[in-house]
Amino acid sequence: MTVLETTGLSIALDREPLVRDVSFALDTRDRVGLIGESGSGKSLTALALLGLLPAGMRASGRIVIDGRDYLGAPDRQWRRVRGRTVSIVFQEPLTALDPLMPVGRQIAGPLRLHQGLNRSDAERRAIEWCERVHLPDPARLVRALPHEISGGQRQRVALAMALACRPRVLIADEPTTALDVTVQAQILALLDELIEETGVALLFISHDLPVVAGLARHLLVMRDGRLVESGPVDDVLRRPRSDYARQLVTSAARVTRLARPAGGGEDR
Amino acid sequence: MSTPLIDTVDAVETVDAPARRRGARSPSLIVGSVLLLVIVALAVVSLVWTPYPLDHTDPAARLAGPSAPHWAGTDRLGRDQFTQLMLGARTAVWIGLSSVAVAFVIGVPLGLLAAAAGRFVENAVIGVIDIVIAFPTLLLAMLLVTVYGASTAVAISAIGIGVSAEVARLTRISASRVFTQDYVLAARTCGTGPLMILVRHVLPNIWHTLLVQATLAFGVAVIAEASLSYLGLGTPPPAPSWGRMLQEAQSTVAVAPWNVLLPGLAVAVAVIGVNLLGDGLREVLDPQLRTRRRATGR
Repeated sequence: MTVLETTGLSIALDREPLVRDVSFALDTRDRVGLIGESGSGKSLTALALLGLLPAGMRASGRIVIDGRDYLGAPDRQWRRVRGRTVSIVFQEPLTALDPLMPVGRQIAGPLRLHQGLNRSDAERRAIEWCERVHLPDPARLVRALPHEISGGQRQRVALAMALACRPRVLIADEPTTALDVTVQAQILALLDELIEETGVALLFISHDLPVVAGLARHLLVMRDGRLVESGPVDDVLRRPRSDYARQLVTSAARVTRLARPAGGGEDR
Repeated sequence: MSTPLIDTVDAVETVDAPARRRGARSPSLIVGSVLLLVIVALAVVSLVWTPYPLDHTDPAARLAGPSAPHWAGTDRLGRDQFTQLMLGARTAVWIGLSSVAVAFVIGVPLGLLAAAAGRFVENAVIGVIDIVIAFPTLLLAMLLVTVYGASTAVAISAIGIGVSAEVARLTRISASRVFTQDYVLAARTCGTGPLMILVRHVLPNIWHTLLVQATLAFGVAVIAEASLSYLGLGTPPPAPSWGRMLQEAQSTVAVAPWNVLLPGLAVAVAVIGVNLLGDGLREVLDPQLRTRRRATGR
C-alpha cells in the first residue's frame, strides 16, 4: 500500500529550478535509497516531503501522503503529518538536539504532541524507546543533556525521537555521515532492525553508494535536481543505465578495492 | 550559542549525571552581589526604620559633616542625609525594577515577534527599535514630563520605553539565532507548532542572555533616574532621590562636599554592583561556558 507518493515534484528558488520533475512512491515496508552528490537536491526533496522548504523556495507537483495531496496545504495541516506519518533523521545528531533539554524530554515531545500523553506516561515511553534503540541505562540516560552522551548515542536518541509516534515513513538524511565508521555500522544495523520491527517505509538519503546499497532494496539516483535512474538495487549496481550511475558504481568499486588490499583484513 | 559544543563531542563519552553546575564561582558575581545587597538593604530597612523622619530638620546643625547623630551629615536645611540616602535607595531600586519590568514586558514580546514572523514584520520592528534607540531617553522623558507632569510613573515609563528598545534588539538577535538552529528544524519535523517552539526551545536557550541584559538595564535605569531627578524631571519632591540630593547639594559643594560625594557614591555603587553581578551571571549561566568548563573538568 502506497503511503507516500510524489509526482512531478519540482522546487525552485526565484524561478531557478533546483529540483526538477521528481517522481517516486513509497509503499509500506519499502526501503528506498536516494543517492546523489551534494547539491543534487536530495535534502531539498526530503524537506519538501515534510513541507519544510526554506523561505523563498517554492514546490510544485504533487506530494500525496495517505491518499491526500499536501503540497499546497497550510502549515497547520502539515504539522499533523510531521512526526506522526512522516519523520526524518538528520545528518548531524549534535545540532539536531536542543542542547539544553534532557534527551528524554526531547523523545517525549512528539509523543505528548501527537498522542496527547501526559508528562509521566510520555517519559515512560521515552525510556522504552531508549531501550529499543539499545541505549545503555535508559532510566538514567533520559535525564542527560545531548552533550553528555556520545555521537552514536545522540543519533540513537534522534532515531527514537523520529520513530516515537510510529510514523509510516522514515526519511533518513545521511544519518551516518557525521559518525565514524564503526559507529556508522552500528547505527545502520540498528536502523535495519527498527524498520524490520516497525514496518516503517524508509527513504535513505546518502552520497555513499556502499552504505545505501547495504540497506535499500530500490535505488533512486539523483543528479542536478533530476532523477537519472531508478530501479532495484541489484539492477542499478550490475547494469547501470545512466552515465552518472555507471560512474558512481565504478568509483565506489574502486574505493572498496583500495580499502581492502589483498584479502581485506583491513576494513575499518 | 551558535554551533555549540563541537569541541566536547569526543571529550565527554558518558553521562556524568550529578551535574556540577556552579563549578568555579565567579569573583565578580560575589563582589557585585555584595555591593548590590548593600543598596537593597538600605532600601529595605528604610521601609521600617530611618534615623530621622524625612521632614525632620535640625536648624542647629545645618551643613554639618558626618557625626554620631548624623552619619552622613546634614543638608543646608539641617535634614539628615543618611535618611535621604536610604529613602533614595528605595526610590532607585523601585524605579530600577519597575522600568526593567516595563522594558521587558514591551521588549521581549516585540523581539520574539520580530524573530518569529516573516521578513516584513521583522524589518518593521527593526525600524521601530532603531528609532527608539536613536531617540535619547532624556528627551523622551522631557517630552512625557511636559505632557503629563513629573511623576514616578512618568519616569518609569520613559526609562522603560527607552530601555525596551535595547531589550527588543537583543531578544530578536538571540531568538533569530535559535530559530536557525537544526534542533528547531528537527522540532518542526516532529510537528511542533510555532508557539511551542518558542516556549520549549527558544526561551530556554535565551533566558540567561536576557537575565544578564536585565541586570545591565537595571544599572542604566538607576543612572537615568538620577539624571532625571537631577534635572527635576524624575520623582517629584518630597520623595527623596539621589539625583535630587546631588542637585540640591550642588550650590553648597564648597562647604559640604560630602553632600555631593555620598549620593554620587551611592549611584556608583549601585551601578558598578549591578554590572559586576551581570558579568558574573553571564559567566555562571552561559551554557556554552558552563559546558566547556564541565568538559575540561574544572
